[in-house]
Amino acid sequence: METIQNKAGEEVSSELGLVAAAKKGDLEAFSELVKRYDRNVFRIAQHITHNEEDAQDVVQEAFLKAYQNLEQFQGNSKFYTWLVRIAVNEALMKLRRRRSDKTVSLDEDVVTDEGTMPREVADWSPNPEQLYGQSELGDILKKTIQGLPPGFRTVFVLRDVEGLSTEETAEMLGLSIPAVKSRLLRARLQLRERLAKYFKSRKVGDGQP
Amino acid sequence: MNCKDFLQELTDYLDGNISAAVRAELDDHLIWCRECHVVLNTTKKTIEIYRDNQLYELPEKLRTQLQQAIMTKCKSAKQARKSSD
Repeated sequence: METIQNKAGEEVSSELGLVAAAKKGDLEAFSELVKRYDRNVFRIAQHITHNEEDAQDVVQEAFLKAYQNLEQFQGNSKFYTWLVRIAVNEALMKLRRRRSDKTVSLDEDVVTDEGTMPREVADWSPNPEQLYGQSELGDILKKTIQGLPPGFRTVFVLRDVEGLSTEETAEMLGLSIPAVKSRLLRARLQLRERLAKYFKSRKVGDGQP
Repeated sequence: MNCKDFLQELTDYLDGNISAAVRAELDDHLIWCRECHVVLNTTKKTIEIYRDNQLYELPEKLRTQLQQAIMTKCKSAKQARKSSD
């Protein structure tokens, strides 16, 4: 059985060198760290906020905060783990501001059983990508993941899209390992259930799902 | 092992974080349970499709602008710190 592999992997040693230089005031070194991680931070921020302008702000604020607080970074974790933790907090704050009627937290919706027991058991797994054009598929994937509670989609994005480990994800989100695992299972199953609506019955050349 | 037990182990099964004994039990369940087999395949595909289709790539032009904005802010922060020392 093939397993889902983590795709994370980085040169930690040179990263520590860059962090040390940046701590001493070397802006060039910090700029290298920005170039290394800005795309990842942007993707994560977009997934949490659903808003490009907010995501841009999050990228700027997260890197600035990291720079200003570099002294507090002790090197017990990777710089990237520490940076994402800052970015996730910034992104959640943006989300809260946009939805002033609601409190947004990573602890939301944990008790719900929605999507835990599968209802949809049609097998659409072989090649759903071929049913839709690239941009249409992108819209479906965005709409589907945006429907998940923030805590679920954040865990899914860090683990399955960014390829981080359960331990790193737990550290980034300030959650326990069982809490990450439980959210990941629910996120995966809910996405699967929702995607089935688009993928199960449509054959190539058919009309709407 | 029933379907509920299978689901509880699904994430570890997909991630390969599972003992040989539990894996054998799950494989055994999969032989006769078509529904769990479908849930496994479609969940695996769900993960792959999100991993392979990055939804929010940062356009190069915007990326350059953001990098410049970040570094300008960091420079100001550095100068502000220096002058307050």
